[in-house]
Amino acid sequence: MKYISSIGSYSIMVREVFKKPTKWSIMKSLILKEIDELIYGSMGIVIFISVFIGGVVAIQTALNLTNPLIPKDLIGFATRQSVILEFAPTFTSIIMAGKVGSYITSSIGTMRVTEQIDALEVMGVNSLNYLVFPKIIAMLFYPFVIAISMYVGIFGGLVANTLGNYSTSTEFIQGIQLDFIPFHVTYSFIKSVVFAFIIATVPSFHGYYMKGGALDVGKASTTAFVWTSVVIIISNFVLTQLLLG
Amino acid sequence: MIEVKNLNKSFGDAHVLKGITTSFEKGKTNLIIGQSGSGKTVFMKCLLGLVVPDSGTISYDGRIFSKLSDREKRDLRQDMGMVFQGSALFDSMTVEENIMFPMDMFTQQSHSEMEDRVNTVLKRVNLVNAHKKYPAELSGGMQKRVAIARAIVMNPKYLFCDEPNSGLDPKTAILIDNLIQEITKEYDIITVINSHDMNSVMEIGEKIVFLQHGIKEWEGTKDEIFKTDNEAVTNFVYSSELFKKVRQMYIEERD
Repeated sequence: MKYISSIGSYSIMVREVFKKPTKWSIMKSLILKEIDELIYGSMGIVIFISVFIGGVVAIQTALNLTNPLIPKDLIGFATRQSVILEFAPTFTSIIMAGKVGSYITSSIGTMRVTEQIDALEVMGVNSLNYLVFPKIIAMLFYPFVIAISMYVGIFGGLVANTLGNYSTSTEFIQGIQLDFIPFHVTYSFIKSVVFAFIIATVPSFHGYYMKGGALDVGKASTTAFVWTSVVIIISNFVLTQLLLG
Repeated sequence: MIEVKNLNKSFGDAHVLKGITTSFEKGKTNLIIGQSGSGKTVFMKCLLGLVVPDSGTISYDGRIFSKLSDREKRDLRQDMGMVFQGSALFDSMTVEENIMFPMDMFTQQSHSEMEDRVNTVLKRVNLVNAHKKYPAELSGGMQKRVAIARAIVMNPKYLFCDEPNSGLDPKTAILIDNLIQEITKEYDIITVINSHDMNSVMEIGEKIVFLQHGIKEWEGTKDEIFKTDNEAVTNFVYSSELFKKVRQMYIEERD
């Protein structure tokens, strides 16, 4: 019953976010600030993780190719498929749920605890639009992060493969180009847009409706990370079934 | 005038406000007093429209809040200023940006016009050279002054203050109380203050509403509160030794 009530509250929150817009000149600066905070500020960790994930996928694939009849270009093929289909959109989103999600929950939660949200409401400002809408718009740039993650992940695979002498770089690049289906990239971008919306709204919900003091802000951040991850994983399953199944 | 009629509010089984009827007049500092848990904060949140009452009406100069459209409610809110207990300043903004915020949000004024207005209100609350400071760099008393400046920057008709002098030393608390009273007279506005500080009651309480267990137990002026025989009020007012002695002196003087 509690979960159904929470889903209802979340739906109402999302509707309220798009009502009574904030003055455009203010909204514009809020969106730019959020792009800097949520997108640009996450590039470092995304690139770092993607390089190493791509590298590990390439090494794991190479180490499992014990049959000499299997062509070496399969390493590049498997790395490309793994990174594009799952590691870049889903794994990165789980990391972002932790990094960006906890930032969103704690910043909105602190505003709730210190009555700053009440202050906005008393002034006649739609606090949900003011606080959450810029985050949703900023997260629309999330597919660019995923695109970089894909590129860097595959590059990491190439470097690990070449440095480890598992196959030549030519074989790896041939593998990357093998049986390429452009829709897989589209599928990945569709997923990343959905995940971006989840990463922007689920932590906002936990921050906005939190009750209590400073300790509860920390608890809300943890809960937000757990639920954002759960929703991302369920959405991943549903979207995969719908788009590729 | 703010008129409250038969206001009721419950949270689950807890009946927090029970049929409150009262009014707050223009140009006066009105105080809502009572012990912790008496319903003061919920009452003020109802007055601000942050909590929707279960029944009863609140009218602002004839405008009944519950009957207003969303747009009318938003317009009415722009006539309200609020000083929160913890000041509720936006900590990512400087003092100047905090005060400018409502003007930036709801008016088409140029930046220089807004700067002029910020300077005027900061001067009014006796705060200078703090424009570029962040709330975390200010003392409690200075934060309260900034909160008052932000509350009055849009020339409100109604000023609400939730325990404006809590956490302040007695001297600063009196300065803040006096500042609120001066602003009330100067701007000719309706000021409603939530407090359990008896010094504030004696200093600026032109009308006092005493709440107990969600019921309006008593209302009157600061002079009448000395004379009342209402046991709940006397228990609250004379809970400190200082006020017990003051009352004793008053009775001796009267007799």
